[in-house]
Amino acid sequence: MRKTGIRALMVGLLLIAGCGGSGSEDTGPTTVRLVTHDSFEISDEILAAFEEETGHTVERLSAGDAGTMVNQAILTKDNPIADVMFGIDNTFLGRALEEDLFEEYRSPGLDNVPASLQLDPRVTPIDFGDVCLNYDVAGLSERDLPPPTTLRDLTKPEYSGLLVVEHPGTSSPGLAFLMSTVAVFGEEGDYPWQSFWSDLVANDVLVTAGWEDAYYGAFSGGAGEGDRPIVVSYASSPPAEVIYADPPVSEAPTRVIQDGCFRQIEFAGVMSGTPVPEAARDLIDFMLSLPFQEDIPLNMFVFPANQEAQLPDEFVNYTEVPASPVLMQPEIIDANRSRWIEEWIEIVATS
Amino acid sequence: MDRDSRYLLGGGAARLLAAIPAVFLTLFFLYPMVRVLWRSLTLDGSLHLGAFTEIVIKGSLRQAAWFTIWQALVSTLATLVFALPGAYVLARFRFPGRGLIRAAITVPFVLPTVVVGTAYLVLLGPNGPLGIDLRQTAWAILIAHVFFNYAVVVRVVGSFWELIDPKLEDAARVLGATGFQAFRTVTLPLLLPAISAAASIVFLFTFTSFGVVLILGGFGYATIEVAVWREATINLDLATSAALAVFQLVVVSLALSAYTRLQHRYARHLPLRPSAEVARRPSTIGQRLVIGGTLISMAVYLGIPIITLVARSLNTSSGIGLTHFLGLFGGETSVVSPSEAIFNSIWFASVAALPALVVGMAAALFLTRPSGRVGSGFDTLLMLPLGTSAVTIGFGFLVAFGWPVDLRTSAWLIPLAHTVVAVPFVIRTVTPVLRSAQPRLMEAAAVLGASPRQVFQEIQLPIVSRAALVGAGFALAVSLGEFGATAFLVRPDRPTIPTAIFRLLGQPGATNLGQAMALSVILMIIITLVILAVDSHRTRGPGEI
Repeated sequence: MRKTGIRALMVGLLLIAGCGGSGSEDTGPTTVRLVTHDSFEISDEILAAFEEETGHTVERLSAGDAGTMVNQAILTKDNPIADVMFGIDNTFLGRALEEDLFEEYRSPGLDNVPASLQLDPRVTPIDFGDVCLNYDVAGLSERDLPPPTTLRDLTKPEYSGLLVVEHPGTSSPGLAFLMSTVAVFGEEGDYPWQSFWSDLVANDVLVTAGWEDAYYGAFSGGAGEGDRPIVVSYASSPPAEVIYADPPVSEAPTRVIQDGCFRQIEFAGVMSGTPVPEAARDLIDFMLSLPFQEDIPLNMFVFPANQEAQLPDEFVNYTEVPASPVLMQPEIIDANRSRWIEEWIEIVATS
Repeated sequence: MDRDSRYLLGGGAARLLAAIPAVFLTLFFLYPMVRVLWRSLTLDGSLHLGAFTEIVIKGSLRQAAWFTIWQALVSTLATLVFALPGAYVLARFRFPGRGLIRAAITVPFVLPTVVVGTAYLVLLGPNGPLGIDLRQTAWAILIAHVFFNYAVVVRVVGSFWELIDPKLEDAARVLGATGFQAFRTVTLPLLLPAISAAASIVFLFTFTSFGVVLILGGFGYATIEVAVWREATINLDLATSAALAVFQLVVVSLALSAYTRLQHRYARHLPLRPSAEVARRPSTIGQRLVIGGTLISMAVYLGIPIITLVARSLNTSSGIGLTHFLGLFGGETSVVSPSEAIFNSIWFASVAALPALVVGMAAALFLTRPSGRVGSGFDTLLMLPLGTSAVTIGFGFLVAFGWPVDLRTSAWLIPLAHTVVAVPFVIRTVTPVLRSAQPRLMEAAAVLGASPRQVFQEIQLPIVSRAALVGAGFALAVSLGEFGATAFLVRPDRPTIPTAIFRLLGQPGATNLGQAMALSVILMIIITLVILAVDSHRTRGPGEI
């Protein structure tokens, strides 16, 4: 009784102060604002189940691509636009951490997540995927060529004019691939990444601005309408080619080259200064729970972070998980990203 | 003062007219822009003037500035050369299907650049109809710029051309001038205000070109706009991004004030005629040939990329069919809800067009008031939203509208951003018409005893409303196709047609590609219907009773 009385008094005061709504944790249903990049997709009934279970309402906000989303959060960090952010990956994580965008939180669900995905206590890994070279199975066999097994193969004369990559300064998979080459060849030694790229240019590599124009405009495999049989795409592109095939196919028309894959981990975080930290943590917990995790693969074509999650058959059957992808620390990326891009532009534009 | 009082737009009214655009643009354009630029440059507490010096030092940025300017000039010139014959034919002649053609040419203007871009990559590739590889050349950029901006010239110049009395040219012919001489010495000078208005829009559009340059130019070419975007979204360097945005604003402002001075020099007063009297049926074989040739070249130039898109939307595994259209609405494999996106797009466009029309008309009436002298600064401000980086407008809203009421995640910001971009279109379509139409008719009417209100209602309004409708059509088209500033807002979960197309194109697979093309075709149909509806509301021209 007494508690209710105090609560009523508090509600009254809040109303008088004219700032009701999401101000307090204890006053009725809470709205959690979830900001994501534009590619976020989850089945409606999954989020509805969360709302039913907890009594919270989720307000979804789309923010553009991942880089745009991080900058929006930096510009508004004094008065955050959301309570939870989903979809920031290791490419942009360093910058976000440097700006203290997130509050530390350890979800109990992390016990089922491999330690290799847990990069920082302030963010929770939700899913991961790999940027990999894909090849057009028919396109290579027409040319009587075996698929390249290493990145270095791409500099051989027989693979001349076959590769299309995205510009690392304008495309997130393009940047991932560049960083992959930095990790594979290193910055020093006889054959650093710069030499590899000079050789790629000499071997007539095609550079496009974005993934769409590379995959649909220049790549010849799957739904692509171009003439190049090797492209920088995702490890999950072959299963998507099967699931979205027209007509239905039993074999994926494209496959993945295992060497030089770059792992992208997507994180969620409780945003610093949120008025509803409890509800925000509830949402993070829910994102690691099985219903949400098992809904991820066919909606976003990435792997759930929770190892307990069951993967759908059509996803498993056509997906090749690269054995040893490049995993780069966010601080290293953040410290070198602009320099690598500038150097890359120098090499590709002038050689 | 005495002279002014004969018109409706006296001192007090003029101030009110000026206040509408001034208040609107200050609140929704200047204020957010200043806020975000300042915040970006002072992010860690101190002012980063070093970002400016970096622009000057960095070779790649200097190169971008130079490329931005020359490609915008050449693109503008090329668009004028290609589109003026189209404007002439559609303004001067009556023939079956004229209304539909006039509506259909607006289609390229609203198509998302990534959709057209991928089509052009195939068309301009080694296997395309030209048979030469133009990908990643400046040619590809120029070709696409003409494609996207064709409608701007045809509609802005055409809406003015169809009011110019053809008897002027006839008189010149009677006096012995050849057709071309009559055009060059009589019509062309009269058209200059409209041509320069259209040119200024095309210049700004291509100056801030983003998607076309990114997709078709490859890594060899970057505009300042691309550099702004790259610093903001890939390098996450807001200070450099803001410095570049300021640099872009300075160059655009210089270009605009030069233009304004030019514009004032060429303005002339004309006896405008109702468009129904101006358009004639083609009578000579020569005229038929001109019309036929123009329409064919239009069909080839604008039609081939569009036909490519339509073909891709109909191309299914079982031959030609509507599978992708049905799949969109069947919802089984589709990642977006197209009916929701279509509803949202039409709703946002309607909400954006009305204030754009009110603000744009008020500004145009103020700029063209009979005794008024307007500083080029005000005119430049009115056009500036078109020359501002989309990153600045989008992020600006986010930084500025958190207080006193938090509007940052409101769905209303989307049409508001569209309005800011659409206002310059309304102003540029209406101003040349107003400027030519005013004094003589109005003085005559006033001498005959008409009250200022009558003068406005009977003479100005009918002429102006035609131009206003063209402006409104542009406002709707801008909103339906806008994906620049919108992409930098934080949006509630309300997809529009362009964002839905992006979602579909963002995933591999034949079905996603097919459905993205199908949704693009639906966007084309909607814009054609919208423009047809707007055009059909023409009021009677001046003098028609």
